[in-house]
Amino acid sequence: MTRHVLLLVGLIASFAFSVVVGLAVGAVDIPIGEVFDALLGSGDSRIRTIVVGLRLPRVLLAAEVGAGLAVSGAVFQALLRNPLAEPYVLGVSSGAAVGAVIAIVFGMTATSMFALPIAAFVGAVVAITLVLSMAAAAGRGLDTHVLLLAGVVIGAFFNAIILLLVNFADLETFRAAMLWIMGSFSGATSESVTTVAVWVLPALLALTLLARPLNLMSVGEQSAFHLGVDVRKLKLMLYVGTSLVVGVCVAGSGAIGFVGLVVPHALRLVGGSDHRWLLPACALTGGAFLVFADTIARTVVAPAELPVGVVTALAGVPVFLWLLIRYQEGT
Amino acid sequence: MSLFELRDVSYRYPGAGRSALDGITLDVEAGSVFAMLGPNGSGKSTLLRVLLGELETSGGSVTFSGRPSDSWGRREIAMEVAFVPQAEPMAFPMNVRSLVEMGRYPHIGVLGRMGPEDRAAVDGAMERAGIMDLGGRSIRNLSGGERQRVRIARALAQEPKILVLDEPTAALDLHFEMETFELMRELTEEHSFTVVVATHNLNLAARYASRLLLLSKGRIEALGSPDDVITADTIGRVYRWPVLVTSPEGLGPGAGAPQVVPLSHGGSTSAG
Repeated sequence: MTRHVLLLVGLIASFAFSVVVGLAVGAVDIPIGEVFDALLGSGDSRIRTIVVGLRLPRVLLAAEVGAGLAVSGAVFQALLRNPLAEPYVLGVSSGAAVGAVIAIVFGMTATSMFALPIAAFVGAVVAITLVLSMAAAAGRGLDTHVLLLAGVVIGAFFNAIILLLVNFADLETFRAAMLWIMGSFSGATSESVTTVAVWVLPALLALTLLARPLNLMSVGEQSAFHLGVDVRKLKLMLYVGTSLVVGVCVAGSGAIGFVGLVVPHALRLVGGSDHRWLLPACALTGGAFLVFADTIARTVVAPAELPVGVVTALAGVPVFLWLLIRYQEGT
Repeated sequence: MSLFELRDVSYRYPGAGRSALDGITLDVEAGSVFAMLGPNGSGKSTLLRVLLGELETSGGSVTFSGRPSDSWGRREIAMEVAFVPQAEPMAFPMNVRSLVEMGRYPHIGVLGRMGPEDRAAVDGAMERAGIMDLGGRSIRNLSGGERQRVRIARALAQEPKILVLDEPTAALDLHFEMETFELMRELTEEHSFTVVVATHNLNLAARYASRLLLLSKGRIEALGSPDDVITADTIGRVYRWPVLVTSPEGLGPGAGAPQVVPLSHGGSTSAG
């Protein structure tokens, strides 16, 4: 227990470090002292505009989305007892992206500030329902490989729908569609930071409070049921909670892959798979991971910018393959 | 007193052609080992799942301790009845003690903390299941027999009055198999547990259980004492294989219980 507390303290420090780096590094590198000055409202006004006006919303949005996706990944893995489950791999992110694109293309975003996150949430729910029922129809319920195939196929289908919608509506350029498919924080504003925070932070808190019954789910639904868990109710809460988190995150930044895979697995190696520590650790590390990834995305080919999903995929795919081979041997 | 009362219970899986259970009327009494027998597909596991409230009956009623089983809350019933599955998925590495601690969930709930009495219950359960020295080991590095004992310890940590086991010795060698049945006897005789066990081992069931249920195609074929149920005629008919039934002496507790010896094809079929 004390070890977990120490680890969490370390993770808080590394999260803070990632934020400072994210604010300091970019087209203009700003010394750390001046970053703090800008945050405190003093110093050069030009630097204050860059740090507080441009970079801070982007860094905060990346932190929120990283936290949301990493926690969702850990929850999906326990819920499905599948180490490779993750919102992007399962097609849930793509479903949310379709919902978001529909909301934009049909002008729903003009009617209410809630339209975009709600549409993305509905898209996420539709996707997870489709994937689970496809996997169940294939006859082997939660079989690792069937489930992943279903997720990949549904994901590809939704990506095709996004491209189709964008073409017909002719509202967005190809690059804007890529934003939804690969993910980017270039559109971050203080409004998008607030919108994501309002939905995602309470949902993450609720998911974290369900850590103990989630631990029981990882040894199977039958065992969890007989250990006293109301499995049906818990699953409903977890699916709604993760769909909400993924939907809102995707509405804020597009579908960013592999965060929910890399982060939980790295943390399990360090601190074990008790979700009471794993979920808060995922929130901190997922946040730091995406802040770093976004810092790389906007600096490595400067003055151009990579979609941040390219960076996370380059990091995530090797981890995915390693896990695939490792768990294949284990079963 | 009857713990479980089943009255004319039937169950049909969604989309299945025939009922998996049909017209089951049954009482499970407190303080003994009750064994469910039957060929593969006879409905043993389904009956366990109906008994435990995991499946809703298609017809008939199930009561536990005098109350309809669906009126029990999940945590409430988990303090009374613990279940030991045949096997369970192990998606992530976990150490033995954390797995046994899961048995305290009905007592501490979603947000509670493990108190001294919870830790004592976990220690006691691990001791009784003989896994005190495995606490820090990863469950993945254990043998099948050791994993089974961990699951039994977790069930005991629930501090239930009733232990339900689904084919607990299916994949175990003779040593672990005997140990498991000895533990069931000890729990009923010395700690006034009630044990319900579904098993393929007719001979150990006949020695260790006081009442047997023999299922065939979802119906009760025989119900009663080992001598009533284990006859060459009944077993031969239900399992579609000729058998000899003997009553060897010197088996220790359960001596004199009928024991089944399957015959080769063409052997004599006289009962002993």
